[in-house]
Amino acid sequence: MQIEINGDRTEVAEAITMAELLEQLALTGKRLAVEVNAELVPRSRFAEHRLAADDRVEIIHAVGGG
Amino acid sequence: MTTATQNSDRLVIAGKEYNSRLLVGTGKYQDMDETARAIDASGAEIVTVAVRRTNLGQNADEPNILDVLPPERYTILPNTAGCFDVDTAVRTCRLARELLDGHKLVKLEVLGDQQTLFPDVIATLKAAEILVADGFDVMVYTNDDPIVARELEAIGCCAVMPLAAPIGSGLGIRNPLNIRTIVENAKVPVLVDAGVGTASDAAVAMELGCDGVLMNTAIAAAKDPLLMASAMRKGIEAGREAYLAGRMPAKRFASASSPIEGLFF
Repeated sequence: MQIEINGDRTEVAEAITMAELLEQLALTGKRLAVEVNAELVPRSRFAEHRLAADDRVEIIHAVGGG
Repeated sequence: MTTATQNSDRLVIAGKEYNSRLLVGTGKYQDMDETARAIDASGAEIVTVAVRRTNLGQNADEPNILDVLPPERYTILPNTAGCFDVDTAVRTCRLARELLDGHKLVKLEVLGDQQTLFPDVIATLKAAEILVADGFDVMVYTNDDPIVARELEAIGCCAVMPLAAPIGSGLGIRNPLNIRTIVENAKVPVLVDAGVGTASDAAVAMELGCDGVLMNTAIAAAKDPLLMASAMRKGIEAGREAYLAGRMPAKRFASASSPIEGLFF
């Protein structure tokens, strides 16, 4: 199925979990936060949260700013 | 400052005490190393960060700002820079809270215009209401408007942060009388946020009675950011001490400093 990650459409496995997705992206254990369709997904729910086709995923982190 | 004054004169934000009244941003530096060294030189204990998309694939291993500014040492103040509406500002704060393990302190800014980056005060008021109700400690960027500042305090913001001048402009305090009025009305800390250009601007803000100053470009865009960070630290301290000391009244005409009595001619 296709989902959107940080604005880019990407092919992923059906019903992939957020934890699996982050592992594929080599982001496991990094300090980040995640939204799906503009709703926050807490870290504690990464393992159980399954993605659906056309989900819009935002993976964010802290950067320098004023 | 004497040790006694230092110990008693602390900035309190959302129940936490700070020795430094200088808050700094972490943007526009050449690299992470310069960022860390400039912030160290500034003496700041509260540092702002922005929240942006993570790099995927390439550059995945580049250092993170929170590696060089560890939350164990600094109070991290995530901002909503770049947000032009209520929804994105609120979402950004919720992401930041998750990113920082439930840390509730945020800097709310909802911008109204690309050219001026002036705040959209209507959207700012709405976002502040939502965030305060959601349990955030909101430090809010706003105009130098005493009425809006009063409303933001009434909503429950933990600090009100009027601009000195447009973000990144370095124009200094354009409306000192309004800043003074905001300070006099407020029961929460008032910090000048944005528009400071050099150390004397920071000192003026503190002499007006502000509780602190938040700046970024004035340090990062100086020819020597580390030296300017040190200058700003001293400007803030000098202005604070002058405010506490109570300045002499300004007079139109001269008043001799040497005695008239004992003149021999």
